Amino acid sequence: MSQLSSTDTPTEEAEIATDTVREAMLEQLSAELGDALVGSHLEPGIDLTIRVTADAWAQTAEFLKNGMGFAYFSFVSAIDWLPSPFGRDMDSQVDLALEGADPKEAEEMIWGLAGGETRFQVFARVNDIVGHRALTIKADVPADTLTVPSWVGTYAGANWHEREAWEMFGINFEGHPGLRHIYLPGEFEGNPMRKDFPLLARRVKPWPGIVDVEAMPGSDDEEDETDAGGSND
Amino acid sequence: MTDISDRQQLGYIASQAADARLNLELETEGMTLNIGPQHPATHGTLRIIAKLDGEQVIAADPVMGYMHRGYEKLTEVRTYPQVTSLINRIDWLGSFANEVPFILAAEQLMEVEAPPRAQWIRTILFEMSRIANVVLFLGDMAVQVGAVTPVFFAFRDREHILNQIESATGGRFHPNFDRIGGLKDDLPAGWVAETKQVMKKMRGFCDEIETLVMGNEIFQKRTRGIGVIPPDVGLQYGLSGANIRGSGVDWDVRRDNPNGLVYDQVDWKVWTHPDGDSFSRFWVRLQEVREATKIVDQLLDTIPAGPIMAKVPRIIKVTAGEAYVETENPLGVMGYYVISKGDLVPYRVKIRSASFNNMSITPWLLKGVYVPDIVTILGSLYFILGDIDR
Amino acid sequence: MSLLAELSYWQQTSLRVVGGLAGVLLVAGTLVYLHLFKMVSFMQSRLGPMEAGPFGSLQLLAEVGKHLQKEDIFPRKADKFVFAAAPFVILASTFLLVVVVPAGPDAWFINNDVGIYLGMAVSSVSVIGILMAGWGSANKYSLLGGLRATGQLIAYELPLILAVVGVVIQAGTMNMQGIVIAQAEGEIFGWGGIGNPYILTQGVAFMIFMIAMQAELTQAPFDMPIAESELVSGYMTEYSGMRFLLFFIGEFATAGVFASVASVLFLGGWWAPIPGLEWDDNTWNLLGPIVLITKIVILTFIVFWVRFTFPRFREDQLQRLAWKFLIPIALANIVVTAIFKVWI
Repeated sequence: MSQLSSTDTPTEEAEIATDTVREAMLEQLSAELGDALVGSHLEPGIDLTIRVTADAWAQTAEFLKNGMGFAYFSFVSAIDWLPSPFGRDMDSQVDLALEGADPKEAEEMIWGLAGGETRFQVFARVNDIVGHRALTIKADVPADTLTVPSWVGTYAGANWHEREAWEMFGINFEGHPGLRHIYLPGEFEGNPMRKDFPLLARRVKPWPGIVDVEAMPGSDDEEDETDAGGSND
Repeated sequence: MTDISDRQQLGYIASQAADARLNLELETEGMTLNIGPQHPATHGTLRIIAKLDGEQVIAADPVMGYMHRGYEKLTEVRTYPQVTSLINRIDWLGSFANEVPFILAAEQLMEVEAPPRAQWIRTILFEMSRIANVVLFLGDMAVQVGAVTPVFFAFRDREHILNQIESATGGRFHPNFDRIGGLKDDLPAGWVAETKQVMKKMRGFCDEIETLVMGNEIFQKRTRGIGVIPPDVGLQYGLSGANIRGSGVDWDVRRDNPNGLVYDQVDWKVWTHPDGDSFSRFWVRLQEVREATKIVDQLLDTIPAGPIMAKVPRIIKVTAGEAYVETENPLGVMGYYVISKGDLVPYRVKIRSASFNNMSITPWLLKGVYVPDIVTILGSLYFILGDIDR
Repeated sequence: MSLLAELSYWQQTSLRVVGGLAGVLLVAGTLVYLHLFKMVSFMQSRLGPMEAGPFGSLQLLAEVGKHLQKEDIFPRKADKFVFAAAPFVILASTFLLVVVVPAGPDAWFINNDVGIYLGMAVSSVSVIGILMAGWGSANKYSLLGGLRATGQLIAYELPLILAVVGVVIQAGTMNMQGIVIAQAEGEIFGWGGIGNPYILTQGVAFMIFMIAMQAELTQAPFDMPIAESELVSGYMTEYSGMRFLLFFIGEFATAGVFASVASVLFLGGWWAPIPGLEWDDNTWNLLGPIVLITKIVILTFIVFWVRFTFPRFREDQLQRLAWKFLIPIALANIVVTAIFKVWI
């Protein structure tokens, strides 16, 4: 039975030690990808995020899997950085659009870690289960074609994830064996996860706000009972 | 991991043989069998369109979405504390475990750390929800191969766990107990001693299942060498949990990256099995329940005193940034990629659920098997529909 | 013979029909209550039905009432006649089988010199019913279930019959009554203290008979034709209401009837070695049915115990078990029995 069990090592890696690991990862990646690596963000002891160009999206996967030992595929998905044209639903207790207020000015797009240039980004995560490393890879999706290369050739498991991203965000994956609906019915129109796709439930019934803020255990409950119901800030 | 056992070799052979069959001109017309969305083997509403030649599956195409609830969209219009009540429903058998990675991600963004007592109780409840979940699998797997009695034992003994979860959290299925910065409440009086008794019962249940189901020759005949997943294929598809450990891959997020849970404080073991077939997945899960009871026992002994909530603002606005936290949930690795813009609500939450990845291997895995084996393979992969469709 | 001889033919016939119906239905009801409702509930740590009647004993009647009220649904594309007739064909096979089983020196339906041969012949009629149900339902699951059942029942008829052959050689008759008498008067190597129940001298044949019987009844571990976790309910998928009830009763009635055949062949039928009891036809006419039913309950207990404990085989594994394992052993048993019969 002993060969079935693993070694019983509590891998208490020091937080600082992983830093050098991530820096080495970043160095290796920038050496391989060169100009295709357009952004990176390293949070010491926590995570590494890199951003590559859309053209290098598949090549990055190939290198990560075969060159760096990131054999484990975690997920592929997308982000829509467009601020919601419906305003921030949580701001008011009544639907401002229904009340006749002016539509909000389109806000500036603010990108997250490792920066960005286009409205849509695809992002993915892979793990190296031997070295216990992982990283997030992002890529800007060209606004005109909305197409990035598919990862299916490298990680077979990307198949369903790319179908989901295609369905939810409308991003095409070049080289995918069959982009068809995975969750929604075949005749569904639109891409629900886009920020400009209205969440109808919120349109027909305004958000109640953060009423019912529960008392924190161990804190004095009296002091700010009054402003618990108010959420307009 | 590099050596491939004979059984794992079988996985390749079965798949290639089915491909070869596909390429042949078939003399007979195949039959398309529509399994689901209402079918006992689909644990809900999964649908599998299987092309059959006789009773052999030539191609299988799972169709999901009958339970798609759009949680990723819904989280964008809910405050952080409200999100937990939604994501409770992802894997409804081990609900508490769904909350933990999301809360941990939010805590990571806010740079808050839960006090030690909260971390301990979190880990205890996390492992108890694993037991509550996997115990049902152990009984249900027997149903999938045709023995109806063990599942009643599973329900009987799962009741003890649910009672403990209820008395601690107030909810049997959906505790909604985890808070950013700690927990909602402290443990009730006498809970520790009762839970220890329950853990003893669960170990008894494991022994019972081991002799009643796993030792049964017919069960072994039905599961050994069936649905073999070679490790490299499993990694490519992102399988996790017992599915990948059943293929001999020694990887457990609990050990390798505890992420704010206190697994490094206890003495436990990650079990793997080299075969990669349905039986090994069952075997690994059985051992995991045993390990979980041990973990809970040890944590109950060492649980520190102190507060259960860190200082957090009353109305929670999470610092802008991005965080990805994954934990080893009952079904496998579950992670939340939380993007915050400093608002009351998350900007985007990507839910990386274990079952979605675990199921994505089925078109590859079901090629060339017989109709009865579809059921054992799906059973041994162990998915929860809410975890696939989200 | 004394009572029946005074009745005219139609009276005798009606008596036997009523007796047969009661013999099948009452026994089936008892088995459902004892085994399905109570024994299995006990095994699965639950109570089972408790509301209808004392300890739920009238639950089956309530079920019958419920099923009679339900709509009798025909799938649109079903072959209506075949679909409707299938449950009756299966039930007919059960009722035909029960007529060969004697319940006492005079309590028999037919006393035929080829009784067991007739019994085996009519028992295989149920295959046709199952195939009809599978085909007529116009449902792929039902079709798969029906075909599996056919393959399985044909495979297991053989070991069943070969197991019987050993008994027939030893008893020297195919008359069911004769087999009972042979066991009552038999001796085991010269010792006749308890007669010779063939379970002792034909133990191998008994095991094979019980295994094949389990397969004939399509009970777990051989329940692939029904296989609720994969084929939903196989050939029964599309049935509802009254016709489903017929299948349900048929399942348990057939279990009882096969158990009665097994108890006649191997356990001495209506006869039991009761010490101090003088042989008297009338005594045994009264005691016989009770003894027989006791044996049926014991044998069906084993059947349902196995059914609710074991997982099910796969179809190819089942065929392998029948052809490579059971049939050779049954053949060897016949040879050994013949050698003993001729030289010893």
